[in-house]
Amino acid sequence: MGMFSGLGEKLNHIFSKLAHRGKLTELEIKQAMREVRVALLEADVNFVVAKDFINKVSEKAVGEDILKSLTPGQQVIKIVKDELVALMGSTNQKLEVAPSPPTVIMLCGLQGAGKTTMCGKLGFLLKKQGKKPMLVACDIYRPAAINQLKVVAGNANVDFYEKGTQSPVKTALEAIELAKRKGLDTVIIDTAGRLQINAELMQELEEIKKAVKPTEILLTVDAMTGQEAVNVAKEFDDKLNITGVILTKLDGDTRGGAALSIKAVTGKPIKFSGIGEKLGDLEPFHPDRMASRILGMGDVLTLIEKAQESVNEEQMKKLEENIRKNTFTFDDFLVQFEQLSKIGSLSDILAMLPGTMGKFKPEDIDESRVKVYKAIIQSMTPKERANPDLIKASQRKRIAKGSGTSIQEVNQLIKQFEQVKLMMKNQNNPRMKKLMGRRFF
Amino acid sequence: MGFFSRLFEGMKKTKKSFGEKLKYIFTGNDIDEDFYEELEFVLVSSDIGVETTEYIIDELRERAKKNKVKKTEDCKHLLKEILVDILSQNKPEKLGSPCVIMVLGVNGVGKTTTIGKLAKKFTDEGKKVVLAAADTFRAAASDQLEVWANRAKVKVVTNEHGVDPAAVVYDSIQAAKARNADVLLIDTAGRLHNKAVLMEELKKISRVVNKEYPEAEYHKMVIVDGATGQNAISQVELFNEAVELTDVSITKLDGTSKGGFLISLAKDFDLAIRYVGVGETADDLLDFDPKEFVDAIL
Repeated sequence: MGMFSGLGEKLNHIFSKLAHRGKLTELEIKQAMREVRVALLEADVNFVVAKDFINKVSEKAVGEDILKSLTPGQQVIKIVKDELVALMGSTNQKLEVAPSPPTVIMLCGLQGAGKTTMCGKLGFLLKKQGKKPMLVACDIYRPAAINQLKVVAGNANVDFYEKGTQSPVKTALEAIELAKRKGLDTVIIDTAGRLQINAELMQELEEIKKAVKPTEILLTVDAMTGQEAVNVAKEFDDKLNITGVILTKLDGDTRGGAALSIKAVTGKPIKFSGIGEKLGDLEPFHPDRMASRILGMGDVLTLIEKAQESVNEEQMKKLEENIRKNTFTFDDFLVQFEQLSKIGSLSDILAMLPGTMGKFKPEDIDESRVKVYKAIIQSMTPKERANPDLIKASQRKRIAKGSGTSIQEVNQLIKQFEQVKLMMKNQNNPRMKKLMGRRFF
Repeated sequence: MGFFSRLFEGMKKTKKSFGEKLKYIFTGNDIDEDFYEELEFVLVSSDIGVETTEYIIDELRERAKKNKVKKTEDCKHLLKEILVDILSQNKPEKLGSPCVIMVLGVNGVGKTTTIGKLAKKFTDEGKKVVLAAADTFRAAASDQLEVWANRAKVKVVTNEHGVDPAAVVYDSIQAAKARNADVLLIDTAGRLHNKAVLMEELKKISRVVNKEYPEAEYHKMVIVDGATGQNAISQVELFNEAVELTDVSITKLDGTSKGGFLISLAKDFDLAIRYVGVGETADDLLDFDPKEFVDAIL
């Protein structure tokens, strides 16, 4: 977090001495590229990939009119970023669909990469898009893996098929037959995690592939993987000729250089990234955003998009109406909180911001407060929520007990509520929307 | 099989890629800048990280000068010495009884599997073990733990999905006391270390342990996936801030991963490096030994 300013500052320092000369010398570029190289390595970009990349960018940078700009450091970063984006595949790539259904998607990867969770997320996404997916449990080794997929399928409200620990090839084939009979259009196969050097288990994947001829073979990779990512991706690709990659656990603070390494080594597109523990926490992979992230530039675009998606227009209208009529209640207050939590936790939001904002540590923001407020409001009766004047001392005591908080905390919330209400009364409507959007940024 | 042979078996691939590269640089040639550059390549390639790599190379330059070493082949034992020195800073002490080991880490590093292996190991040593399934978040996590518990024939305390993990821990402490258990192993939900709410949950579990079971020796052991890159440092840093870690263990070293971040961790944190996971069966968990670890990778 905040590394962009670090890298930017270092580069500016290198270039600061060379005012008003036309072009960069090779030595200056070499120094600058050393800094970029360290940034890439710290982001876990593979050593060899980083080296090749730096060579390519150096060639481009020589001769460019970088110094005409007031901030040559930023200019160099722009070149670096553009090249990173180009390398990662410029635009987002969608899932392939089989000409005759069902489309078969097979997930594979190391242990703990997040395959089972990702199956659920893909199923949920496809269902949302109007498709009829089925999840198939072919991990017959990890204890309770089948059960986990079953629960996940239930949560996503999609079809599920398992046949215990019988041969995964057989289970997969049966599932596809069943999908055809039931008119389901997509079959998502969860396979067991395996090391790419485990010949026996890799053979199993090849057999499944041969039997079911998947439309997509997606390698699921933990975004926190280090230098090893290259070996893993290369082996899986050599054996299975994968069609794409899914990055998981991008909601952590990892810079995710593995993404770059994998693309560079396999040439296969990264199609999705997992960004949280909820079923909906899946998004198409955006190379430009990933490039910013690897360089530590934050991800403002994602944040804006998420906010737009999460704020429910209808609820906003109702809220505005209530404020106009001066009937803003605790229910509305709760809606405001919930919309914020849909955008993501506050620390998520902070992590996506570039520069100084990104430097805030999660503990600087009292995220648990939001949870506490929610608990308190939910401990009020509907009447009390609509008419806060009803909440007297004995009610406060009951609410505190019901929500597991103290009377002080209840008082604090009521006070805050009154303040917000007052503030809203003083706002005219057009500005209201802005205020709601900005309250926590 | 002893530690070395098992680790060596498990890490054959690790050794191959790492060791093969090293073979080319520890030749009979004179030490020059090319040598250090090649060495940097090898170290960074094993996830040691730029900063620690620079530290190691500076240290090597110094020791080479002091020992008047001129040939690169003679550098090898100096390099080993440096790595062993770093890894030996905090030797794990023998576990006391009763003791509590809270196992934590980000998602998918192998917490539940490690606990399963530990349950077996401790039972084999004649210890009485109780497991606490405090991962009430991940679907079927407690089922997975129960399978392991049945294999090791130990008591596991569970509760329903979504229940406050601290409550499970409370119950498990009562069970451990009632049974006079030697070891209570707590399985926690995987969490990305930058999520404040989840870190609060760990603090709460810790408060329960401190309050309800003060007589037990309390270990807070973070598990890191051997394939992790530089994010390993950030993981340990933030978990450490939340609960003051005491131990670290590393899993999945049976692949081609090098786990080089362990050297950075040993250098920068006051943590005992306790176990190494090298496979999926119950016996694939070894006590960490710095010298043999370095021997196995160099």
